[in-house]
Amino acid sequence: MDRKVMKKVFFSNKMTVLCTGLLLAVMAASLLAPLSPYDPDAVNVAEKLQGMSSKHIFGTDSLGRDTFTRALYGGRVSLLVGFAAMCVAVFIGTFIGTVSGYKGGKVDSICMRVVDVFLSVPSLLFIIVVYAFMPRNMVTLVLMLASFSWTKVARVVRAQTLTLKERDFVTAAKALGVGQSTVIWRHIIPNLMPQIIVASSLSIANAILDESALSFLGYGIQLPMASWGSMLQSAQQYILYNPICAVIPGSLILITVLCFNVMGDMLQQILDPKLVK
Amino acid sequence: MSHFIGKRLVQMAVVFVFVSMFAFSIIYFSPGDPLYLYTSPSVSVYKMTDEQLEDMRESLGLTGNAAQRYLNWAGKMLHGDWGLSVSNHQPVKKQIMDKLPNTIGLMGAALLLSVILAIPLGLLAGSYKNKWVDNIISGISYLGISLPAFWFGIMLIIVFSLKLGWFPSSGMRTIGVNSAADVVRHGVLPVIVLSVNNTAVFVRYIRSNTIEQREEEYVMTAISKGVPKIQVMYRHVLKNCLLPIITMVGMNFGTLITGSFIVESVFGWPGLGTLCMDAINSRDYTMIMGITMLACIVLLIGNFLADILYGFADPRIKRGEERENG
Repeated sequence: MDRKVMKKVFFSNKMTVLCTGLLLAVMAASLLAPLSPYDPDAVNVAEKLQGMSSKHIFGTDSLGRDTFTRALYGGRVSLLVGFAAMCVAVFIGTFIGTVSGYKGGKVDSICMRVVDVFLSVPSLLFIIVVYAFMPRNMVTLVLMLASFSWTKVARVVRAQTLTLKERDFVTAAKALGVGQSTVIWRHIIPNLMPQIIVASSLSIANAILDESALSFLGYGIQLPMASWGSMLQSAQQYILYNPICAVIPGSLILITVLCFNVMGDMLQQILDPKLVK
Repeated sequence: MSHFIGKRLVQMAVVFVFVSMFAFSIIYFSPGDPLYLYTSPSVSVYKMTDEQLEDMRESLGLTGNAAQRYLNWAGKMLHGDWGLSVSNHQPVKKQIMDKLPNTIGLMGAALLLSVILAIPLGLLAGSYKNKWVDNIISGISYLGISLPAFWFGIMLIIVFSLKLGWFPSSGMRTIGVNSAADVVRHGVLPVIVLSVNNTAVFVRYIRSNTIEQREEEYVMTAISKGVPKIQVMYRHVLKNCLLPIITMVGMNFGTLITGSFIVESVFGWPGLGTLCMDAINSRDYTMIMGITMLACIVLLIGNFLADILYGFADPRIKRGEERENG
C-alpha cells in the first residue's frame, strides 16, 4: 500500500484521528509541564489536601503539592518508561523473531523454547521479585518491563518471517548471493513494518499499564519522582479526604492506554486488511 | 491424542525446570544476606553466635555452591518440603496452603463472572456486527482492557464503600462475624475488579468467533429452516465457540494470577498476593520462592489444559504447531 492511500485511510477513520489527537495533547501537556507555576516536588503543608479551586485546578495532595502539575510531570515519566520499554522490546523481539523464523531448525526451536519459558511465568510477579533485589531506577524498570514483553513481538515477527522467506523476492536476493543478514535487514524487516508498528502500539499500552501497577505497589518509580502509578500509591491513603488526587492520574493512564490500544487495532485494520474479520 | 498429551507433558516439564532455575538464580544472585535481620548489628535484636548462624544457614539451605543449593532446594520442593519462612520460621507450605483457598475463591468467582457476562455480550456484539449494540459493547470492552485494575478498585471503594457504604472497603471478614454472607459482601468489589480485564478480553474473542461462525453454511441452513435466531445462537454458534473459549480461559491464567495479587493489595484481601508482598518487603526468600513456583505451576497447568482442549477442538490442526501464530 503506498503512502498516499495509507494517509487517506488513516484520516478517514475518525477513531484513529481522535486517539492520535488525544495522545498528542497528553504528550504536549507533559512536555510543557515546566510552564506550570508550581514545583512538582515542593512540599507546602499549609495547602495540603485542597479541593478544586482556581489556584489549584485539581487540588493538592497530602503534602500540598499541586496535583495537576505533578500529573504533568508524572506523564513525562510514565510515557518515557512506556516508550523506552517498547523500543527495547521491539528491538529484541524483531531480532529474535526474524533470526528464528529465517534460520529455522535448531536456532528456531531453541528461541521458541526460550519464548515459552518467558510466557510460562506470571510476568508482573517476577518483575516485582527481581526488582525487589535490584537497584531501583528507571533503567532497571525499563529493562524489566521489556524483558517480559519482547516475546509477543517475537512471535508475531517470526510467524510473518516464515511466510516472507518463501516469497520470490527473497529467493531472488538469495540467488544473487546476498548475505543472510542483508536479506533480513533489507528485505524481511521492511516488509514486517505493518506488524511491527501494530505490535509497538499495543506494547506501549501494556508497558504503561504495567509500570503504573508496579509503581502503585511501590516497586516502580521511586519517590519523590512522580509517575501516574506512584501518584495513585500516595493518593490511596487520602482518598477519604481528597478523592480527586486519585481520579486525575488514573484517568490519564486510562486515556493514554485506551488510545494506544485503539490505535493499535485500527492500524492493524488499515495496514493488514486481510486479518480483519 | 495420547502421543500429543505426552509430548506436551514433556515440554511442560522442561519449561518448568528452566523456570525453576530462573526463579532460583534471581534469588541466588541478588545482593544482600537473607539473614540480614540476624547478622546486622544495627538492625538485629537477636544476639546470635557464629555457630548458631551457621546452623541456621544449614537449615535454610544457604550453604554450598549454586548447583548444590539448586539441587538441594529442588529436591526438597519435589518432596513437599518447601522450607521454613526466614521471617517467622513457620513452614512455608503451611502458610501458603492457609491462604491459598482465599485466593482461589477470589479467582474462581472472578472467572465465573467473566464467563457468565462475556458469553451473552460477545454473542450479542458478534451477531449485530457494527450496529449500535456492537459499538457500545466493543467500546466498553476497549475500556475494560485499558483500565488499570488497581485504580478501578480505588474508584469503586470511593463510590461504593466511602460514599454509599454498601460494601466494606477492605479485608475478608468483619471481626467477630463468622458467616458466609459476610465474606461474600467483602468479596463483591474485589471480584468485580478482578473480572473486568478478563471479561473484556473474552468478549472481544467471542465476538470475533461469532462473526466467523455466522458465515458458516450450517448457520445459514438453520436460519433458512426457520429456527429462531436466539436458538441458532445458543444451540449452534455458541457450541462452536465454546472450546476456543475454554482455551482462552486457560491462556489467560497468568493475567488472573497477577491480577489477583494487585487486587488483593488494594482491598487488603488476605490471600497469596498479600502474603507475597509481605514476603518481598521482608526479603523472606523461601516464601517468595514457594509462591513464585506455585504461581508458575498453576500457569503451566492452565496453558497445558488449554493446549489439550485446543487439540480436541480442532484435530485438523497439525499437532505441535497449533499455537505458533498466537
